[in-house]
Amino acid sequence: MSAAWLLFLPIALPFAGAVLAFIAGRAGDRRAPQWVNVGTTALMTLVSLLLLSAVWRDGPQAIQMGGWAAPFGITLVADILGAVMVVITALSGLAVAVYAMADIDEGRAKLGWHALYLVLLAGVTGAFLTGDLFNLYVWFEVMLIASFCLLVLGGDKAQLDGGLRYVALNLVATVMFLMAIGLLYGLTGTLNMADLHVTLKTVDAPGLVTTIAVLFLGAFGIKSAVFPLFFWLPASYHVPPVAVSAIFAALLTKVGVYALIRLFTLVFTADVDYTHGILLVIAGATMVTGVLGAAAQNQVRKILSFHIISQIGYMVMGLALYTPLALLGAVFYLVHHIIVKANLFLVGGVAKRITGSFELDRIGGLYKAKPWLAVLFLIPALSLAGIPPLSGFWAKLVLIEASLEVEAWVIAGVALVVGLLTVFSMSKIWLEAFWKPHPDGDAAVGAVALTRGETVALVAPIVLLASITVIIGLAPQPFLDLAARSAQELLAPEAYVRVVLGGLP
Amino acid sequence: MSTLILRTMGRLLAAVLILFSLYMLLRGHNDPGGGFIGGLICALGIVIGSLGEGSRRARRALRIAPRLIAAAGLAVALIAGFSAALAGKPFLTGLWMTVGGSHVGTPILFDVGVYLVVIGATLALLLALEEDAGRVNAGEVEEEE
Amino acid sequence: MDVVLALLAGVLAAASVWLMLDRSLVRFLFGLALLGNAANLVIFASGRLTEGAPALIAKGAAAPEGDVSNALPQALILTAIVISFGLFAFALSLVHRAHKDLGTTDSETLTIAEGSDRT
Repeated sequence: MSAAWLLFLPIALPFAGAVLAFIAGRAGDRRAPQWVNVGTTALMTLVSLLLLSAVWRDGPQAIQMGGWAAPFGITLVADILGAVMVVITALSGLAVAVYAMADIDEGRAKLGWHALYLVLLAGVTGAFLTGDLFNLYVWFEVMLIASFCLLVLGGDKAQLDGGLRYVALNLVATVMFLMAIGLLYGLTGTLNMADLHVTLKTVDAPGLVTTIAVLFLGAFGIKSAVFPLFFWLPASYHVPPVAVSAIFAALLTKVGVYALIRLFTLVFTADVDYTHGILLVIAGATMVTGVLGAAAQNQVRKILSFHIISQIGYMVMGLALYTPLALLGAVFYLVHHIIVKANLFLVGGVAKRITGSFELDRIGGLYKAKPWLAVLFLIPALSLAGIPPLSGFWAKLVLIEASLEVEAWVIAGVALVVGLLTVFSMSKIWLEAFWKPHPDGDAAVGAVALTRGETVALVAPIVLLASITVIIGLAPQPFLDLAARSAQELLAPEAYVRVVLGGLP
Repeated sequence: MSTLILRTMGRLLAAVLILFSLYMLLRGHNDPGGGFIGGLICALGIVIGSLGEGSRRARRALRIAPRLIAAAGLAVALIAGFSAALAGKPFLTGLWMTVGGSHVGTPILFDVGVYLVVIGATLALLLALEEDAGRVNAGEVEEEE
Repeated sequence: MDVVLALLAGVLAAASVWLMLDRSLVRFLFGLALLGNAANLVIFASGRLTEGAPALIAKGAAAPEGDVSNALPQALILTAIVISFGLFAFALSLVHRAHKDLGTTDSETLTIAEGSDRT
């Protein structure tokens, strides 16, 4: 397939799937939207893998939508980072879509849950593939409106309350983003990111550029939940159904991190000392507050939500150090984190289905009742904490090595300590949910029997994601190579710029 | 709210606005107008009609659920985009041909898609809000677990 | 004229911050709408204010005649208005629902999600 197909199919497929899922849901069969959802995400996975292999083989790929040449039209562009993110989006999207077959009730499915889910994925892939800043804003909005609907759909009261917090803060971020876009356009007259890379070098207004950079930092900071703008996340991620929590945890904040990485390697590199210095402080504070917040929580999904925050800190740290090795670490961490985090939420959901609650003091006895689930929990949990030989170990190792390389002792220390504290909170979940007996006696575990089909739908995605974690852990070299190529491209974006502005496919 | 004046004028205005929206939709390619503004005007017409006649009658007059209209519009827009890709050009490139002396192309198809999406989405929101405000006990949109 | 627009954007932003600091969610939303308008003004002003004809090309011509005004910021603003209209409508219906189901739009008393566990 040509590059043009590969670039727009990951965006167009979920939209087409959404239409199909919606119409199939109307037509009557309640199972149909689920299968459309799974089928579409599977196809997306396939296409995105082809895209990644094309980018790996031939370098960055770009197409101009509607045939309008850059920087006037909208460019879709994929370098290694973009392609990798699309692959991971499709993969985690597939896993959660399978899980949703047993998790999303008929009422929600009827209201169009599956269609909205696919629109969300379309927004996320669009954000990863666009080469234009305003178009990025549009994809953010597509993603946002779908996530709003998913968050409150079905509408119990907690969902409504959590949804309000999420909506309010994200809308503020959106307006900040828009304001920054306006100022940047006024300064440079272009919003194509590759063109901005070229144009900003000729603009002689360092103060103004830095101001705009910090405005973007604020906007994406809210989206990616970094310190001190994270408080909407733990206030809302624990209220919707597990499938929604899992896909949010996997993807939404990461789109913010991706946007940060893209902008602060391609566009705002004029005053690295200042902007990336801020980023480094933010990274450390995010790690620490996130992990401390998690330690104070006593509910599975809230603990996991706070861990999203502390993990975001690691990725931002990779960006802030701004060396090839550090960026390699950040990209590797992104990939590892999406898989592990989605998986932990899914395991938490299964644990809740079996024991009846997310509250740690009201559950227990899982190890005795379901030892296989214990194994499936331990893989992502230990990976998250960075225990060898799982994927998280390599991710943390690279980042700490990168910080030692530039003699950033403080951030290296913080990263190590936060890793230890992560072990603490994972072992808390382990002890409370798996090891100690259930407060209502053994009979309470598995009181609600799952049907065979449900069990397969719930467990298969967990096994899939866990095996990816193990594979990355045992054979990290290909993934490290991939991340290294992308770090190289990020630090020397000439090929990216050429393919966008040169008009050659 | 439903007075005689509003009912009479609402029906009239609805008809005029819907007709005008089609005009806006069709002139959109070379002049100000297009699918989005046309869709908004059409939705506005239907909402004004529904203010007088009640949202139930508006829904019945539509025959199709607003959200389905939006989905259909998305499908139409996607088809318009895909057709360029099938012809080997970048997504969303306009394809033109001459049908009976007039210049017809995929951009109008795309605009029709946008028109339908806007009508569907706007009506879904506004009619739901209208019903929500009108009824003390709304049980239709919410489905509790 | 630029100065007027800049001042206006500033005033709108300031007013919106004041509104958003209120505990009432409805006021928060109004603040947000104002802030959105401030952002649109910023985009408009950053496209440079020039007196020109609409950027439309006459029939048969290849390029517009005379000065035309910059059409891009207007397109951006139109998109932004559309999007914020949709988001605002959604947020408004959410607040409306909160008022109906939770009985309040005061952010201080909205604490259900704090201790929630969907069991």
